[in-house]
Amino acid sequence: MIRAKMAQFAKLAAALVLSFAGSLPAHAESGWGLLNMTQGVTEISRKIYDLHMEIFWICVIIAVIVFGAMIWSIVTYRKSKGAVADVTLVHNTKVELIWTTIPVVILVFMAVPAARTLVEIEDTTKTDLSIKVTGFQWGWQYDYLDSGVAYFSRLDRKSDAARELMSGIDPTTVDHYLLSVDKPLVVPVGMKVRLLITGADVIHSWWVPAFGVKKDAIPGFVNEAWFKVDTDKPGLYRGQCAELCGRDHGFMPIVVDVRSKADFEAWLKDKAAEQKQAAAPPAAAPDVATAAAAG
Amino acid sequence: MTDFKRANLSMTWKLLAIALGAFGFGFALVPLYNVLCSVTGYGDQTKLLQRVKAIEHPDPSRTVTIEFLADVASSGGWDFRPVVRTIEVHPGQIYSAEFIAHNLTGHASTAQAVPNIAPSMVAAYFHKTECFCFSPQHFALNEERKMPVRFIVDPALPKHVDRITLAYTFYDESSRVSSAR
Amino acid sequence: MAEQHAHAAEHDDHDHKPHGWRRWVYATNHKDIGTMYLIFACTMFFIGGAMAMVIRLELFKPGMQFVDPQFFNSMTTMHALMMIFGAVMPAWTGLANWMIPLQVGAPDMALPRLNNFSFWILPFAFTLLLSSLFVPGGAPAGGWTMYPPLVLQNGASFPMLIFSIHLMGASSILGAINVVVTIMNLRAPGMTLLRMPLFVWTWLITAYLLIAVMPVLAGAVTMLLTDHFFGTTFFTAAGGGDPVMFQHIFWFFGHPEVYILILPAFGIVSEIIPTFSRKPLFGYEAMVYATASIAFLSFIVWAHHMFTVGMPLAAQLFFMLSTMLIAIPTGVKVFNWTTTMFRGSLTFEPPMLFAIAFLFLFSIGGFSGLMLAIVPADYQYQDTYFVVAHFHYVLVPGAIFGIMAGVYYWLPKWVGNMYDQTLAKWHFWLSTIFVNVLFFPQHFLGLAGMPRRIPDYAVQFTDWNMVSSIGGFGFGLAQLLFPYLIWKCVKSGERVVGNKAWEGAHGLEWELPSPAPYHSWGTPPSETMIARGAAH
Ligand SMILES: [Cu+2]
Ligand SMILES: [Cu+2]
Repeated sequence: MIRAKMAQFAKLAAALVLSFAGSLPAHAESGWGLLNMTQGVTEISRKIYDLHMEIFWICVIIAVIVFGAMIWSIVTYRKSKGAVADVTLVHNTKVELIWTTIPVVILVFMAVPAARTLVEIEDTTKTDLSIKVTGFQWGWQYDYLDSGVAYFSRLDRKSDAARELMSGIDPTTVDHYLLSVDKPLVVPVGMKVRLLITGADVIHSWWVPAFGVKKDAIPGFVNEAWFKVDTDKPGLYRGQCAELCGRDHGFMPIVVDVRSKADFEAWLKDKAAEQKQAAAPPAAAPDVATAAAAG
Repeated sequence: MTDFKRANLSMTWKLLAIALGAFGFGFALVPLYNVLCSVTGYGDQTKLLQRVKAIEHPDPSRTVTIEFLADVASSGGWDFRPVVRTIEVHPGQIYSAEFIAHNLTGHASTAQAVPNIAPSMVAAYFHKTECFCFSPQHFALNEERKMPVRFIVDPALPKHVDRITLAYTFYDESSRVSSAR
Repeated sequence: MAEQHAHAAEHDDHDHKPHGWRRWVYATNHKDIGTMYLIFACTMFFIGGAMAMVIRLELFKPGMQFVDPQFFNSMTTMHALMMIFGAVMPAWTGLANWMIPLQVGAPDMALPRLNNFSFWILPFAFTLLLSSLFVPGGAPAGGWTMYPPLVLQNGASFPMLIFSIHLMGASSILGAINVVVTIMNLRAPGMTLLRMPLFVWTWLITAYLLIAVMPVLAGAVTMLLTDHFFGTTFFTAAGGGDPVMFQHIFWFFGHPEVYILILPAFGIVSEIIPTFSRKPLFGYEAMVYATASIAFLSFIVWAHHMFTVGMPLAAQLFFMLSTMLIAIPTGVKVFNWTTTMFRGSLTFEPPMLFAIAFLFLFSIGGFSGLMLAIVPADYQYQDTYFVVAHFHYVLVPGAIFGIMAGVYYWLPKWVGNMYDQTLAKWHFWLSTIFVNVLFFPQHFLGLAGMPRRIPDYAVQFTDWNMVSSIGGFGFGLAQLLFPYLIWKCVKSGERVVGNKAWEGAHGLEWELPSPAPYHSWGTPPSETMIARGAAH
């Protein structure tokens, strides 16, 4: 109840802040309005957003009270205004008890919804589709475990050319500079997609903000994560590697192409046939390293 | 030496001893880590490298999906994959699966498969009676062979687990330290 | 103890000290060593700052304009190492050297020769580290957190990195031991533990933290070294190791480390606010207990730096809750400082201005810290500019402002001259405005999805990055005022009349003449002096 109200209040305030920001001078693809986390397109990402806003507003309220007290003291008790120090004010058990207990209550108020959301996030059962995600220096490999479809996904050519040192190419002319790839990960809407995330060389981290998923890709270990995109939200969603992984850490984006179930099935079938044809003699997909070296 | 200096020195030695203890503690964290992993339910992954004698008590009422993953460390030179990608198993029953490895490194080589399981806490419920990861595997030039793993899923596996991923990463001598780029 | 006091007393009247380079190379006087530490820290601060300028320059707009990505990574890595181990920690040790003997009524540090040794390790450690910029493969570029396997990809700089960390660690452990022995054994008669100034208290707790965790870091990097050169596999899955275990060990050191950087600032602020409020600190004992509980909690929260590595649910919940608990003692401190100003008689000289800015801006860092503790939200914040904003708010207007407040507070006592307060206020206002221009927009960038440690970014992040860079350049330039001010103060500052440089100052250091004599407290302070100083 209170949380719902809080969320409403949060939305209102965020809208106010955003409309203010919107009135600032802005050029094409302006970033002035990018001030906050977005709600994302999964139930989990929205829950995370709500948690974020809840804690944010609790902090704002505490800040208003504490900073208010500081400012008031600074303004009121200036020597220049004739303030005389009350040197007996050194200790007050009652007050000290109060300001130790109230935070405890607030913390419980924050921890309970956080724990609840966390339990949901950690529930990796009853998934519909498993995809293995391997981070490597510097790109991602996607491997659809049930159908055998596997491919690499790297920074697209235009971005790659523009990001060279003093390339002379204006990044603003590149479509989704540093956030587009040659072959995106394709997934269906409305299905619980399970990711098995691992690393080939060093640690990477697979992050798509709109899904509320960030999980480290650790060589020799397999991490699980999952997401389920709202059925009415197909589209392209972008993210980046979030763990420093060497020279081109900033240049290994993630793009997820979320399609309707029918479109996805069709794509998967095509892709499987295409791969069978291409890799006729040695059936296996090339391993990460040889492909990375070739690329 | 005065009492005062003696007091200083003895305290200094004590503090140095604490610092030395802390240095040792850093190393003690290594074995402690595996202990903590099993205590906190993370699952001690080193269990996957141990042979277990298992008695079968099949529970046909329950089915769990096992997925097999195969990875090659970044140095490459190997074709390594499971023969089947997934199987359905009943807890308490012994199953076997096979992985194929093909040595394409251009020379004879020895490789070690390192197992890992997800969700990680399943490590405590996944028993192997036989595994190619128990010892290093020698491969002649261009040798290709199937390697078996036999396992049994503990019937005590928590009820909510419906899917287990068994992953192997294949390391040969060259891949101990990943090369700088 | 009396014996030592009597011996030192002979030198009291005539400040005889060695001359020339010998005075510094063979220094055993706590004031000389303190001065060297402070000069060293200031030098590292500007070198590390120059690296930050390179970072902000490259990030001024999208596209790679100035440096190679690998060099950029070296800059972020080295900037952190220089600032943490080169600037902030030696600055605190310098202040401890100067002030702790004065504040507890001791004639010097307990172990003067060890003191000399622990200082002189530092120039070697940092020469070694900085020279790695010129070796093939470049300086360390795997982040100051040195996560394997990435860190093992560093070339010739890798062993240099490890050995310099060993040296820095040894230096700070020895420095910390000296502080503990001085505080425990050398307090003047009558200076009971609960009469000690808070700077001494916070440093005592910091010193214990240092002794407990610096060796753990040394252990962790030693394991990296043997993994790289001697075939061990502590952190490599190939031999049954686990790279995540390094992160656990590292952050077992790393979280207490952030308190090592900030606790002495708590102490300084706890001295400055009462002085300029002309009123004793509110809740002295609560402050001591709060500091101790923060130090204790710092050992059981480390995994909040690594929620995305895939930990069991129970562990994530534990680390979330323990981290949130830290808000309680920290809150107590902020409330106590605020109440100290309440019903005071406030003036706003430079030290007080820095302390007040500390109060506001450190609290902002505290709030974002609380947000970061919430695991599901942390999944979105982790490794983004939101984290960068958070820890810079804690470390720049936190630790660095604390150091500057301390220098502006005690400089007249050290030199005997007052500095140019108007210029110092300029320094304050420029620093405070630019530090916010620099770091506040980074909250936006992080929330909008910009990862940290990237040399180039998508175009929608341009606007706030430009703002941040402008703030960075402004902040960097403003800092040049600081050494200039000190130099001017030493050369031609106005003489301080009397023992007290500040009307409301209490404590034993203000019972000594200004400048503090080369040998002080040869005769221990009297009971009345101690009582007058500990007016709480
Ligand atoms: Cu990466
Ligand atoms: Cu921490």
